[in-house]
Amino acid sequence: MSVAEKHASRFNFRRLWALVQKESLQVVRDPSTILIAFVLPVVMLFLFAYAVSLDTQEVPIGIVLESDSAAAQSLAAAFSGTRYFTVTPARDRREVAGEVVGGRLRGYVVIPQDFDQRLASGARPPLVQIITDGAQPNTASFVANYAQGVIKIWQSAHSPAVGSVLSLEPRFWFNPEIESRRFLVPGAIAIIMTIIGTLLTALVVAREWERGTMEAIMSTPASVVEILVGKLLPYFVLGLGATVISALLAITVFGVPLRGSWLTLLSLSSVFLVPALGQGLLISAVTKNQFIAAQIALLSGFLPAFLLSGYLFEIDSMPAPLRVLTYVIPARYFVSSLQTVFLAGDIWTLLLPNMLAMLAIGIVFFAVALAKTTKSLDN
Amino acid sequence: MTNEMSAQVSQAKLSSQPAVKIVGVTKIFGVVEALHEISANILPGRLTGLVGPDGAGKTTLMRLMAALMAPTAGRITVANCDTVRDSNRIHTLTGYMPQRFGLYEDLSVMENLRLYAQLQGVEPNTHQDIFERLLTFTRLAPFTQRLAGRLSGGMKQKLGLACAMMGKPRVLLLDEPSVGVDPVSRQDLWKMVRELTDEGMAVVWSTAYLDEAERCATVLLLNDGKIEYDGPPDKLTATLKHRCFRLLDPKQERRIVLSRALNLKSVCDGVIQGNSVRAVLRKEATREEIDALAKEVGAEIAPVTPRFEDAFVDLLGGGPGGTSALAERMEPVNLKGDIAVECHELTRRFGDFIATDHVSFQVKKGEIFGLLGPNGAGKSTTFKMLCGLLKPTSGGAHVMGLDLRTAKSEAKSQLGYMAQKFSLYGLLSARQNLEFSAGVYGFDGATKRERIEEMIEIFHLQKYVRSSPEDLPLGVKQRLALACALMHRPPVLFLDEPTSGVDPITRREFWTHINGLVRKGVTVLVTTHFMDEAEYCDRVALMYQAKVIALDTPDALKRSVFKGGSDEPTMEDAFIQLIQSADAENATSRATKAP
Amino acid sequence: MRLFSPRLMAQIVKELLSVLRDPKSRFVLIVPPLVQLFVFSFAATLDVRNVDIAIYDRDAGKWSHELVERIGAAQFVHRLLPAQSPAEFKKMVEQREVIAVINIPEYFSRNIDAGRIGKVQVILDGRRANTGQVVLGYLNNIAGGLNAELTTESRLTNESAVVNHWFNPNLIYRWFIVPSIGGILVTFITLLVTALSIARERELGTFDQLLVSPCTPIEIIVSKMAPALLINTVLGLFMVAAGIFLFGIPFTGNFLLLLISMVLFILSLVGIGLMISAVCSTQQQAILGTFAIGVPAVLMSGFATPVENMPTFLQWLAQAIPLKHYLIILQGSFLKALPPSEVFANAWPMAVIAMVTLTAATLFVRGKLQ
Repeated sequence: MSVAEKHASRFNFRRLWALVQKESLQVVRDPSTILIAFVLPVVMLFLFAYAVSLDTQEVPIGIVLESDSAAAQSLAAAFSGTRYFTVTPARDRREVAGEVVGGRLRGYVVIPQDFDQRLASGARPPLVQIITDGAQPNTASFVANYAQGVIKIWQSAHSPAVGSVLSLEPRFWFNPEIESRRFLVPGAIAIIMTIIGTLLTALVVAREWERGTMEAIMSTPASVVEILVGKLLPYFVLGLGATVISALLAITVFGVPLRGSWLTLLSLSSVFLVPALGQGLLISAVTKNQFIAAQIALLSGFLPAFLLSGYLFEIDSMPAPLRVLTYVIPARYFVSSLQTVFLAGDIWTLLLPNMLAMLAIGIVFFAVALAKTTKSLDN
Repeated sequence: MTNEMSAQVSQAKLSSQPAVKIVGVTKIFGVVEALHEISANILPGRLTGLVGPDGAGKTTLMRLMAALMAPTAGRITVANCDTVRDSNRIHTLTGYMPQRFGLYEDLSVMENLRLYAQLQGVEPNTHQDIFERLLTFTRLAPFTQRLAGRLSGGMKQKLGLACAMMGKPRVLLLDEPSVGVDPVSRQDLWKMVRELTDEGMAVVWSTAYLDEAERCATVLLLNDGKIEYDGPPDKLTATLKHRCFRLLDPKQERRIVLSRALNLKSVCDGVIQGNSVRAVLRKEATREEIDALAKEVGAEIAPVTPRFEDAFVDLLGGGPGGTSALAERMEPVNLKGDIAVECHELTRRFGDFIATDHVSFQVKKGEIFGLLGPNGAGKSTTFKMLCGLLKPTSGGAHVMGLDLRTAKSEAKSQLGYMAQKFSLYGLLSARQNLEFSAGVYGFDGATKRERIEEMIEIFHLQKYVRSSPEDLPLGVKQRLALACALMHRPPVLFLDEPTSGVDPITRREFWTHINGLVRKGVTVLVTTHFMDEAEYCDRVALMYQAKVIALDTPDALKRSVFKGGSDEPTMEDAFIQLIQSADAENATSRATKAP
Repeated sequence: MRLFSPRLMAQIVKELLSVLRDPKSRFVLIVPPLVQLFVFSFAATLDVRNVDIAIYDRDAGKWSHELVERIGAAQFVHRLLPAQSPAEFKKMVEQREVIAVINIPEYFSRNIDAGRIGKVQVILDGRRANTGQVVLGYLNNIAGGLNAELTTESRLTNESAVVNHWFNPNLIYRWFIVPSIGGILVTFITLLVTALSIARERELGTFDQLLVSPCTPIEIIVSKMAPALLINTVLGLFMVAAGIFLFGIPFTGNFLLLLISMVLFILSLVGIGLMISAVCSTQQQAILGTFAIGVPAVLMSGFATPVENMPTFLQWLAQAIPLKHYLIILQGSFLKALPPSEVFANAWPMAVIAMVTLTAATLFVRGKLQ
C-alpha cells in the first residue's frame, strides 16, 4: 500500500495547507486582488469620510430681498451668518429660479415687500416664503427645516421673549455631534468586506473552472471540502486584513471611536465572512463563468449590501415584503453590529443574535454550494 | 518489444490482474451517445495507447477512468475499486493529466510541483529526492523559479506530466500529452513514461500522433464511441503488408503525383515524403494502377514497410480524395515578383532575452515554407513579426513587398492567418463565425452568402453550423478555422501549428486543400511539430535558440544527417540530430572560449 | 470609408452576438437590473416609517398623556413601548429596539399648568443619526402643534414661513431615487460589458486574428461600442418608461434631448470601460478594475449626497464622472422641465469625456498594430 493510499479521503491538513499556499501565492501575484483588497478600501473610506457626508453644510441657496427695510436686511444677514447656507442675494425671484432649475442653488427664501407689515401684524400671513428644489428631496427638507430654524432664532432675538411652553431637548447617544462619518465609515467596512468576500471569491473559483485547473485538482485525492476550504481561507485572511486596515484608518485618520473591543470587531468580521464567502462560492459553483459570476455578485451581493442593509436607508421604512427580504441579507446584521461595536460598545445582547443569524445564513450558503460542487464533471 | 517482455516477466503476477476493467460502458450526454458499450482491460506494466479520430470519445473515456464522471451504463473498476462508489480511493490510485493540464500559470515550476506533491500525499521528507529526479528527468531544473505561464508549450506538458505522476499512481492517465510538443521534448516524455511502465505502472496515453501509438505495447482504437481494435499495434500493421509503396523522385511535380495517386480507385491513402510520394493500396487491390502511374510520372516504385498510421487510416475507411474542392474553385494567383515573404536580419528582444536573433530568409511565390524548431526556439515570435503582430527590435519583414505593420488595411486582405488556438469566437455559432470572417474581409450581400455556403459545403460543416466552436470536436474546429482563414482566398497563407492535436484523417484533408492551393500559386508559411507534415514543405527552416540553424529541402536535411547504414533517417531523426549537433557546437565554442 | 461597410457590420454583429447569444448572459444583463430597479426603488427611501419609540413617563399627568397620545397617533410610529426604568430604555436603545426614547420628567404637567416650561428629553440612537434627525423633526412638529394650542396668544407660530417644495411638492423620495438607480445600473452594466470586451479577446487569442485582418483601429473601437450602446440605451429607455408609467413620476422635459444625453452618457462610459480593458490582461482584472472605478464614481456622482458638499478637490474630480452630469439631466428632465441650455451645459462634459477616452482607446489599439 502506497503512501498516497494512507491519505485517502479523510480530511488532511497537509493537503489543505498546500492548497492554501497555492491560493495565497496567486493572491499576492495578481495586482488586481491587491487593488481590491487594499487600495479600494482606503479609497472608499476616504470617500465615505469626506465625499459622502450626510451632514449637509453650506448648501447654496438664494435670498430674494424684495424689501429694503432694516428688518429684512437683518434677516438676510442671519441667513448669511449660518454655516448651513451659502447665500446668493437677489432682488427678483426670476434671478434665482433659473439657478434652482440648473441645480446650482438648492432653493431660495423670499423676503416679501410687505415684510415689515407682516412682522408687525404678528399673525398670518406668514412672514417669508421658502422655495426648495424638490427634485432632491433630501436636501429640500434640509433647506426647509434649517431655513425655518434660522427664521425662528432670528424672530426670538427680535421680539419679546415668549418661550415655548413645551420644549424637546434632544440628545444623540453614541454620536452626540451627529457626525455622519461616525456611522458611515463603520458601515463602509461591511461594503468592502462584501466585495472581497463575495465578488472576489466568486471570480477566483469561476476562474479555476474556466482555466481547467479544477479538473486537475479534482483528480487528486484532495476532497471537495479541502479544495473549497483551501480556496477560501486566504480570502478569509485577506478580508480580515482589510478590516484591520479599514478600522485603523477609521480610528486614526477619520476620528471614529472604537468603543467596543478589537477582539469583538475581529470576531464579528470573521463571522460575517462565513456568509460572504459562502455566497461567493455558491455563485461560482452555479455559474462557472467569470462574467456571469461578476454580474450576479454585483446584483445579489454588492447592491443589497449597499441599499438593503440599513446602511443608507432605514429598513423599518421599507415596504413589508422588502423588510422580510432584508432578513436574509447578511450585511444587514453586519452593518448594525459594526455601528454598535464602534459607537456603542460590546453589547452582546445585540451582537450575539446578529452573529447567529449571519452564521445561519452562511451555513445554508455553504451547504448548497457543497451540494453543487461534487467531484464530478457531469453537468 | 523487449520492453514489453521484460515488463511482463517482472509483473507476471499483476499482469493476470488488469489495472483497469471496463465493462459494457455507455456514456450519454443529453442526446449524444459518446461511448457505446465499451469493454476493455488495461494491464499493469504496459503502455496502452488510446487512439481514434477527434470526437471518438477518447477524453470521455479518460474522464470516466479518472472517476470524474459516472458512466450512464456499465462499470469501470480501477484496481478493483468502482469508479462510482470508491471515487475517493481512485483519486489516490490514479494520476490524471487532462488535455489542458491544470497548471497554475501564476505559480512557479517549483510551486506547482510542491502543490501537487502535497495534494497527492507524498511524504514530505522524500520531496527533495523526488523533485530532483523529476526535474532532471524533465530537464526543467534551470527553470524552477520561472512562472508556469511563461514556459513554452513543451515545458508545460513535461511539468504537467511530472505533476500527474508525482504520487506514484498505479494507473497514469495521460490525455494527449504530446499536443504542441516538439520532437525533442516528446522524446523526453517517452523516456519518462517508459521508466514508469518498467516499474509496473499502467499508463494510458491518448494521442493523435500515430507514430506514438506504434510504440505502445497495446492500443485501443476508438471510433464513433466504439472500440474498433484492441491489441498490439504491429498486429494491425501486419495486415497491410505488401500494400505500401513509395514513388521515388517523380519527374512530375510531387503534389500533382500525390493528387493523381489519391484519385486512383485502388489507393486508399497517400502522403508526401520529401521528394517522394507514399501510397497505400486498398484491401485486395492490385498493383496495376499504381505501377502505371509510376511509369507515367517517371518515378521509381518500391515497396515499403507499413506503419501504424497506414493501418489506422485503412481501418477508418481510407483518407480523402486527392482533389481539393476549394482549390478547384479558386482563381490562380498572379503575384508580381517571385518573392512572397521576406525577412532580413529580423531581431526581437524581450528585455534581456533574445527571442529572434538576426533571422533572414525568403519565401518564393507558390512555395510551402516550413518553420520548425523546439518549443521556445522563437518560431512564434518570428511568425508574429512576419504577419505584423509584433514589432521587430531591428531588421525588417515584408509580405509581398509590404511591411504589414504599416500597411493599409486593404493590403492585409492579401493575407490569411490561422493560429494555434484556432482563434474562433466561442460565444458565436459556427455559422456566425463564418459570417464574421466574410464580413471582416468586406464581403456583402449575395457574394457573402455564396462564399459562406461554399465553405460550408467544401468543409462539410452542414451538421455543425448552429453549434458553438467550443462544443465541436477538434478536427471540425480546425476545418472551421481554415474555412474562416480562406474565406477571402488570400494569396499568402500563414499557418501557426494548424494541425496541433488533430487526427490523421483530418490532417490528410487539410493537406489536400493546402496542396491544391499551392498549385494555384498560393504561398504558404507554416509552423508545425508533426515531422511528417514537414515533409510536405518545399523548404524548411529549423530554428533553435532564436537562430536559424538549417534551411533546406526536407530531403537535403535528412541526407545531411545520414551516416550510412540500412535505415534512412526520418525527418524526426534529422530534427533531433541537428539540434544535438547545434548543442555540441555551442558546448565546444564555450569550451574554447574558456581559458 | 462608408459608415457601415460590410467589414464594420460584421464586427458589430460579432460583438452583439458575443454578449447576447448565450441565454445565460442575456438573462444576466436584462432581468436582474429590472428587478433591482423595483426592489431598490421601494427600498431606498429617506422618509421614516414604522419606527418604534420608547416612552419613559414619570409624570403620568394630563400633558404627558396628551403628548404621548399624539406621538402614538403619528403616521411614522409603529409602536410605543413603555419603559419602567432608565436601565430598561437604555437597553432598548442599545439593542436597537427603538430609535428614540421620550423621557418625560416628574412634575412635567404641573410645570406647564404653572406656566413654566415643560422640558422633555428625547434620546436618539446616534448609530442611526440620519433617521434620528428625521424622527426628531417629526417630534418637533408634534411638540410645535401642542405648543400652538397651549399658547394661542403667542406670536411665535410655526407659520412664520410658508414652504413650497418646487417640482416635487410632497417630497416623494421615489421621484428622486428611480431615475438615479436607473443611472447607476446603466453605469455598472456599460462598464462591465465594455471592460470585458478587449480583455476577453486577448485572453482567448482572438485579438491577434482581428489585428491581422483588414480591420482598422477605429472600426474595432466602433464595433466594441455597439453592444454596450444598444443594450444600455434599451435598458435606459426602459427605466425611463418604468419611471413614467409604473412609478407615476411626472416627465416634464424634452425626450429627444434626454435620449441624446443618454447616448453621450453611455459613450463616455464605453470609453472608460475600454480604457480599463486596454490595461487589463485577464477578465478577472477587468472585472475588478470595473469595481475599483465604478464604486467610487457612483459615490462621488452626487447620488448619495450633493457634489457641492464634497471638498473642492473631489468636486473637480467629480467633473470627470459621466454619471454626475447625467443625473442632473435625468432628474431635471423628469421633474424640472430642464431647458435645452441646461441640458447642453451638462451634456458637453460627457461629450468631452467620451472624446478623450475613446481616442485613448483607439490609440491603444493602433499601438498594438504598430
